[in-house]
Amino acid sequence: MTDNFPCEIKVSRQEHTLKAAIVGDWVMGSEPPALEAVLTQLGDGSDIKQLVFSTESLGRWDSLLMTELIRLIDYGAKQGIQVDTTTLPEGIQGLLSLVYAVPERVGARRQEVKTPWFEIIGKGGIRIYNDAQALVTFIGETALSIAALTRGKARFRWVDLWTYIQDCGPSALPIVTLISLLVGLILAFVGAVQLALFGAQIYIADLVGLGMTREMGGLMAAIIMSGRTGAAYAAQLGTMQVNSEIDALKTMGFEPMEFLVLPRILALILIMPLLCLYADLMGIIGGALVTVSFFDVSLVEYLNRTANAVHIPDFIIGVVKCAVFGVLIALSGCMRGMQCGRSASAVGDAATSAVVTGIVFIVIADSLMTVICNRLGI
Amino acid sequence: MIAAPCLTIKNMTMAYGDFVIQRDLDFTINRGDIFIIMGGSGCGKSTLLMHLIGLQHPAKGDVLYGEQSLWQAEHNARQRILQRTGVLFQSGALLSSMTLAENVALPITEHTRLGSQRIREIVSYKLALVGLAGFEDYYPSEISGGMQKRAGLARAMALDPEILFFDEPSAGLDPVSAKLLDDLIRSLRDNLGATVVMVTHELASIFAIGTNSVFLDPETKTMIVSGPPKQLLNESRDPKVIRFLTRGETENRTENAAKNQET
Repeated sequence: MTDNFPCEIKVSRQEHTLKAAIVGDWVMGSEPPALEAVLTQLGDGSDIKQLVFSTESLGRWDSLLMTELIRLIDYGAKQGIQVDTTTLPEGIQGLLSLVYAVPERVGARRQEVKTPWFEIIGKGGIRIYNDAQALVTFIGETALSIAALTRGKARFRWVDLWTYIQDCGPSALPIVTLISLLVGLILAFVGAVQLALFGAQIYIADLVGLGMTREMGGLMAAIIMSGRTGAAYAAQLGTMQVNSEIDALKTMGFEPMEFLVLPRILALILIMPLLCLYADLMGIIGGALVTVSFFDVSLVEYLNRTANAVHIPDFIIGVVKCAVFGVLIALSGCMRGMQCGRSASAVGDAATSAVVTGIVFIVIADSLMTVICNRLGI
Repeated sequence: MIAAPCLTIKNMTMAYGDFVIQRDLDFTINRGDIFIIMGGSGCGKSTLLMHLIGLQHPAKGDVLYGEQSLWQAEHNARQRILQRTGVLFQSGALLSSMTLAENVALPITEHTRLGSQRIREIVSYKLALVGLAGFEDYYPSEISGGMQKRAGLARAMALDPEILFFDEPSAGLDPVSAKLLDDLIRSLRDNLGATVVMVTHELASIFAIGTNSVFLDPETKTMIVSGPPKQLLNESRDPKVIRFLTRGETENRTENAAKNQET
């Protein structure tokens, strides 16, 4: 680094002309002199009519000098002082002419506006209303495309459907295995502590079996798939939106709802019940592991007890619930993806809100269905 | 200052694994040049740019910034060299989650210790320089493609770089905007004393502002010629170069050559 000559601005006045001599190296990193001294001389009540510069002793310069000059010139212009820039080096003059070449567009600059709380609430309400409307529209469009499918008129590539099935089925097995096994394990432990008080460890099998099949198997599978596949759908469709791929499909005469959304929804509807059964099995195995190894129940006893406690309707309830969750995950993922804006951060927002919406829907739907089953006594 | 080498490409070979893209590249970019890297699609122009700005390691050879080697240098030294450069990517590459002001301020806050008031002033100055005064608080998605490109240029210039790299600056712009951008690039070069390296196949830009160039050929996988574009058009005997520079209308060549001689 070469040594910098300290930068200075020296002012002298002759009659109505203020002469500013710019001295030294004006490069970023050096501390520029306070302009206030010059500005006050130009300020209100001064009789200066003209500002000229001299740059004989100016060394190196960069954006630092430019910003200070612009401040001086703008201030001078505001005070009605004539600023003479012709004595500045050519490069600076060139840059200044570029800076002032395009006048600031009127109304372009944004003011910070304080929104009153009433408006915030109102806007929130409108947003919720619009969101609900978009959801209903999306469900309607999905229904229409499913109707088209049943009439054999929906256009999408079957190979896409297989890819999505592969993607949300077999590829999801490892994580579903891990989570369901652990949930079964946890259920068994939590129940065992209480049941062991009465010497009723054998009922752990009932607890885990019913808990997994009716409730936890489907719920866990759904929450995993919401984070895994729902987010992926939103990100895929969002990126397609950013790259104008969806527009391209429309111009080629494809209906994005049929071509992109339908196979994704179908894949999840087909796969979720199977995943649910798999999760049930894993949960029961997890429960058996704990019961057999810690609570003095043999494996045969445990399995017998499970077979007695869990009946076909329990499985059906779980599987139906899980199919519903599948629809909800696919809907929220695809909806957020299709609504995505056209930037990288919009894709992130879409993925986030797909997962949030998905999980909210899942939990609400699950509570509703549980209450209904309870009332109906199934 | 005239003809001082600013960037030297020494015997460089670029490859993806075993697949060689260009070999034996050897040329010098002088200070103050507007240097054009040209060639047909897929010849490795943009790859060459990646090698110059430190994003891709050459398979062989080196890039010298002044006397300093870019690829022999340690990571930190390389970062210091690259701080003296600014890059404008093809679509602007503005970070979409930040406003224009935040985009331009990003390298300044990272690499200098200036106060926030000073940074704001510099950002406003840079944006005014590219004709975007007053657009500080806009997000990239709210402005047009041409404006995004100019905002990208403002960000590339944030740290007063010695060398500015452009990847297809006029791609996707209408002819008038492209011309304005060319003029802007030239006057920035004149007034800032920067060196400009530009990847492009826009003939209008090549002839309008290019002071030196290199032509990459995808078939022989090496550079065929280098020199000022107008001179290449008039003097080169290589049919590929001529076909490129005349948009394949070789029969018009004598006519064009005559016209260029006049100017």
